[in-house]
Order: sequence, then structure tokens, then C-alpha cells
Amino acid sequence: MVNRQPVISIIGAGIAGLEAARQLSALGYKPVLIEKAPVVGGHVAEWNRLFPDMSPSEDLTGPLRAQTAGVRTLLNTEVASINRLKDEYNLILSDGSSLLCQAVLFATGFHLFDASKKEEYGYGIYDRVITNRDLEAWFNHKDDRRIDHPKAVGFVHCVGSRDVKAGNAQCSKVCCITAIKEAIEIKEEFPDAEVYCFYMDLRLFGKKYEDFYIKAQRDYGIHFIRGRVSEVGEAVDGRVVVKAEDTLNGKPIKVTLDLLVLMAGIVCNPDAQHYAREIGVAVDDDGFLKSRNNVDAITESSRPGVFFAGSCTGAKTVPETLAEARSAALAIHQYLNKPR
Amino acid sequence: MDFGYQINPSSAVNLDQVDRRRYDALVRLSPDAATCMGCGSCSATCTSSAWSGMSVRKVLLGLQRGRDAEVNRMLSACMLCGKCTMVCPRGINTRQLILTLCRLDKNGEVVR
Amino acid sequence: MIYQGKQKIWADYQKEIPDDHWFYVRSCIRQNFFPASEKYFLVICRDMLGRDIFETEHHTTCAGIAYHCDTIPQETAMTVVARQFALMTEAGYENFVTSCITSFGNYCEILETWREFPELEAKIREDLWKACRREFNKPKYIAHASDLVYKFRGEIAERAKYRLVARATGEPLRIVEHIGCHYAKMFPHKGVGGAEYPCVLSGMAEAWGGQVIDYPERRHCCGYGFRQYHIKANRGYSLSNTHKKFESMEPFHPDMIITNCPGCPYFLDRWQYVISEMTGKTYGQNGYGIPALTYEELAGLVLGIDPWDLGFQMHQVAIEPLLDKIGIPYDPARKYLGVDEKKIKTPGLPTTLKCC
Repeated sequence: MVNRQPVISIIGAGIAGLEAARQLSALGYKPVLIEKAPVVGGHVAEWNRLFPDMSPSEDLTGPLRAQTAGVRTLLNTEVASINRLKDEYNLILSDGSSLLCQAVLFATGFHLFDASKKEEYGYGIYDRVITNRDLEAWFNHKDDRRIDHPKAVGFVHCVGSRDVKAGNAQCSKVCCITAIKEAIEIKEEFPDAEVYCFYMDLRLFGKKYEDFYIKAQRDYGIHFIRGRVSEVGEAVDGRVVVKAEDTLNGKPIKVTLDLLVLMAGIVCNPDAQHYAREIGVAVDDDGFLKSRNNVDAITESSRPGVFFAGSCTGAKTVPETLAEARSAALAIHQYLNKPR
Repeated sequence: MDFGYQINPSSAVNLDQVDRRRYDALVRLSPDAATCMGCGSCSATCTSSAWSGMSVRKVLLGLQRGRDAEVNRMLSACMLCGKCTMVCPRGINTRQLILTLCRLDKNGEVVR
Repeated sequence: MIYQGKQKIWADYQKEIPDDHWFYVRSCIRQNFFPASEKYFLVICRDMLGRDIFETEHHTTCAGIAYHCDTIPQETAMTVVARQFALMTEAGYENFVTSCITSFGNYCEILETWREFPELEAKIREDLWKACRREFNKPKYIAHASDLVYKFRGEIAERAKYRLVARATGEPLRIVEHIGCHYAKMFPHKGVGGAEYPCVLSGMAEAWGGQVIDYPERRHCCGYGFRQYHIKANRGYSLSNTHKKFESMEPFHPDMIITNCPGCPYFLDRWQYVISEMTGKTYGQNGYGIPALTYEELAGLVLGIDPWDLGFQMHQVAIEPLLDKIGIPYDPARKYLGVDEKKIKTPGLPTTLKCC
């Protein structure tokens, strides 16, 4: 007999949470979405267009929102604490209510690395230094006085990624392709601008990513410089002077830019780490939540009844996140219907 | 006054001042030139490289860093054997690229 | 420039600086380069601000220069430093303040090394005992003298006779701050404001009315680099670094440079003469240079101490245009008088760099 009445809490209503809710609803469950923001959609809803098809992010989040409209969704609600009972988990919510559930899905997503921690790049100090998130917001709203017909634009890859000193040794995986996507978009907006990408390695692993790279080189004339930006300063006219080593040339390089975009990396949402510790769910040494294994049990935690979907276990692309959300929904279904 | 030492010229490349006209002209005539990813296959297989320092990779980079004299020195050592064209993973027609470059002066004008 | 962004970083890099009772150690070279600076540090802290600053004639070099020139092993430097700590302990002090940036870095580095390798500290204690029968406590606090002046900047501002503004226009003076490398680059949390946007000197400049310039090569080393300068064949390297800084700050038209290191003000001052002889170029207004001051000299000027008592006649770059700009009176006839009020020799004039 299939148990259709258990309570399933999904923490986070980004695309992972929404997709899992959609799948669980389709399986006949009544999941509960808990979202601390006033809206659903998470980071992806704030993004403008998605690689590799350059489709508006609304094309993904819009239908997801519509198809989960019937799901009980608690907005502006945080999980204050979680208690582990025998076979259940009790969530105390920020509105004072509590939720006793048989399964918990962490769809807590990621935090964008705080770019101001890389002090040498001057984010929050130099006017013309912005982040990938700021640029996506500009693509959405075209309202940012810092972006005013730039003639020279730079993108810094790996800001707070592959950086042991900044506390994140991991590759954030999506920034290379995002930088190339945004560089192309900048070229489309400002065809006369010289655009430079400063990279350590270009990690273009996904479907059509390499095509993007070739297009950026050949069709948009974007300059790729292999070298990590070491230092940013402000020139007398307010533009930024960027220094790096051109490692393929073996020489230092510098360039004055009207706009510098920092590709801030992906780190685990600290809330997720906190909840995990409360119920004895393992956190990996990279700061992300630890899957039962990293090959065939990525969506499963070290605790029965606790599941993961999306970037709470590491940097993920959108399609990977959606696939994991579906996988997690199925794993939850199997868990709840396991003969005990 | 001779102090016995001097202000050393900087080895840093200042992209604000680099003249890329020859490179831009090359890319207009031969757009695939822009797709080089610096893998070094061309230099590794080059017949002339080990004796002359010829490297298509370095030619393309040099053009983008304003090192025209160095580029010409390398080009003059090319024997047009075409091995580099055979190995280029991006399918860049390097032999044709070299011939195109030889027709361009440092201002990117077609002179031959 | 978003000033609040800097304030946010400064809030992360505030270090505890006790208000009083310091054991002061001088620099090896500053007394030759800028002979009045250390004296006026003591005059200002002791006589004007009433603090207890103790120094002893038994203090020696910290061995930092030899260590950085690679002529002695670090254990030797450690034993020398251990002896300084013994002098502090014998004098009954716990707070240790250094005049020299390289000393400050040396002391910090040695204390950190002992923290990581306690067995090394034990060995040095034994070596010190064998060498001179001394024992020591480690200082509770280590500060650079500029940390203290930074801490007292408000008190100095209250007593100030002059502010760092142009008398004619009321505009704040444009000030380049240059921090010695060994102040915070090794241990950012040991410097006020950290290593990227240090506020130890900018804090003084702003408290006394000036405006700090943030130019692209602000973080660059002055170029001294110990071995780079000391070996003549490498000296061009030292000069080139200073030249790079001046080229970078030039568009900002600075009125002065303030520094907290023994070497930096010396090279930022003297190399302007060398650059002018080599290239014909000067960086100040009307053919003059940009004066490079120590923080004690700046504090002294603000407090109304006579410029010649502060030793500005020892600078290559003329200070007079800056004094005129602020409105600080001076007697040109006294410039080259010695302590006994007898005329010392007047230096020869450069070909290009204008001097008074």
C-alpha cells in the first residue's frame, strides 16, 4: 500500500525545491515548501537569461511557479530549528509554528561568495567593480549608474573559487560559462567595447559550452587572458586599473577598464550547514552537505528521511539541479514506501 | 649624470596602449584565427620551432600584445610545411593564416 | 571611491593598542635619515600628551636588516630580539613599541614563529641565557610607533596649531599615504586597517584635515628591498619601483607623501632627485618635488613645532612650498644652522629638481 499522507518538508523554494514539490505533488503527496524570501524562484529568478540556449530564466521559473501554485508554500518563513525524533523530524518555524514531518528535503541552495572578501579587487570600494549578480540585475532592470556605455569591460573568473585562502578550494563550475555568456551579452549591448576575460582555466564541460567559447572568440572578439587578476586600483578618472600576469606570454599585463565584473563563486548556504548539524547530518569538508556517496546517492544524506537536491551539496548547473530534484522526489517516494 | 644604474624599462604589457590593428585585420580576413586556445600543438610539431623559436601560438599572442617585431622574426622562420595545420584541434588553417599575415603591415594594411 | 566600503574593512582590522606605558625601541637607520623624528615622537607622546614611554641605551639593532639581507640566520635574529624583550622585562614593561617597520615585522614574525614552534622559543631562551644570562617575558602587546600616533591622532588634532588644508583656498591637502611592507603585508591583522586599505596613516591625515589619495600603485613597495638597494648592480630595480609609484600618483597632484617606514620616506625623497637628473622630470608643482614626510614630522608640523627643529633640512625635496601652502611660518636663515646655532654646510643644488 502506498502511503500518500506523510508530511514532506522542502526547505527552500528555489528551482530545486519547486521542481521537487512539482514531482512529489504529481506522485500524490502534499509537500510543504518553506521559503525565507517573500517570493519563490531563488537565485535563478534573479538571473536574466540562462546558458546554453540563452532562454529567459522566466521561461523556467514561470511554469515552475504556476505548476506549484497549489503546493502549500510558507513564504517569509525560516526554519528556526530542527529536532530529530525517532522516525520523524520536527521543524520549528520562524512564525512560531511547528511542522512534524516524515521526510525533509534540503533544497537550500548556495550563497554567492561575498566578493568584498577579496579585498584586492575592491568590491564595495571601487565604483566600477561589480559582481555577476549585479550584472544580471542590470540585464533585468537596466538600472545601474555604474554601467554607462563602457568602452572596456573585464570579467574576473574564480572570485572566491579555487581559493583556499578565501575558504573555498572548490571550482564553482558555472562561472566560466556564465562569464562567457555575460561577456557576449555585454558585447551585444556595447559592440564597441573591448571585453577581457581573465581566467585560470576555462572549464567548459557542459553541453554547448565549448560552442559558446568559440563564438565568444570568433564572433564577438572577446579577449581571453590566462591569468588571475592580482590587484585592482582606481585611476584618477574613476576607471579601474587591473593587473594580472599574462601567463601564456609570461609577462605582467595591465589594462584600464570602465567596468570590472567579478564572477563570485558558489559557497554553501550557511543556514543549511546549521540545520544539518542540528540533526546530525554530515557536512563535507568543502562546506557543502555530505551525500551518502558522490556517485549514486547524491540526493541522500547520512540520515534516513533527510534528502538533498541542488547546490546544497556543491555547485550545480540548472539542468543538474532539476535532475537532482526529480531524483530526490523519487528517493523520498521510495523511502516512504519502504516496508518497515 | 651617470649614477651607474638606471630606470629599468618595465616588462609589463599595457593593453591600453597596445596596437592590435594587424591582429584585427587578420581576424577580419581569417576569422578562425581568433579561436586559438593556446594549446601549443602547433609549436610542438613545428619543423622550425626548435631552431628558430617559431610558434603560431606565440605569433597570435604576440599580435594581440603589440609585439610586431617578434612576430615578423618568427614568421620569417616558417617553412610553410603545414604540419601545424594538420594538428590544430580548432581546425585553424594556420598555413593560410601565416600567408595572410605576411601580406599585412603593422598597421593592418594589405600591402602585398 | 566608496568611502563606506573602506570603513567596513577598517572595522575588521582594528587592533588593541594600550593607551600608556610603552617600552620604546629605536630604528638603526632613522636617526641618520630623519634625525628628529624619533626625538619628536618622544616629545609629543611624553611631554605633550603625558604618556609614559621608556627607552634604554642598552637597546641594539633587532637584526632585521641583516636577516632580510640574508647575512644571518633567523635564530640569530631571534636571540637578539630575545635580548630586547629581556631589557623590556627588566625595565618592568609589557607593551613594546618599535620605531622601525622592519623591526615591527621582525618582532611579529618571531613571536608568531615561537607560537607555532614552542621548542624553538625554548632553545632561544637557553641560547640567550648562555650568551648573556638574561631572561625575558614576551610582550603583551606589540605596536609600531605609528599605531600609537594613530591612536593619539584625536588628541593631537585637539592641540593642533595647523590643519592640513591649503590656507588660500581652504581645500584639504591631497595626501599620499605609503605604508612600509613589513607593517601589515606579512600579518594583515597586526596592522590598523589591514594590508590592502591600511588606515594607520590615512587616519592621521584625515584627523588633521587632509584628504587621502588612492592611486593605482598605492600598494606597491617603495623599492628599497634591502639587497636590491644595497647592491649597486641592483639599484636600478629599487629606483624603477619608486619611479613607477610617482608615475602612478602624478595625475592626482599630491601635496605630500606620508610614510611609516624608515626606508620608504628616504627613497621616495631621494629618488626624486635621481629621477629628475636622469629624466628631467619632477613631480611637484613648479619644478619642485613632492615632500615625503615621516608621520612624526607631520604630527610635529601640525602641532606647531619649528620645521627646522623637525629636521626638514635633511630632506632632498624642499618642504618650503608645502609650509607656505599650509601657512606655517619658518625662518629661511635658520635652515642650515646646527644645534649650536652655527651654520652647517649648505648642500649643492640639483640640475633640475628645484630646491629652496
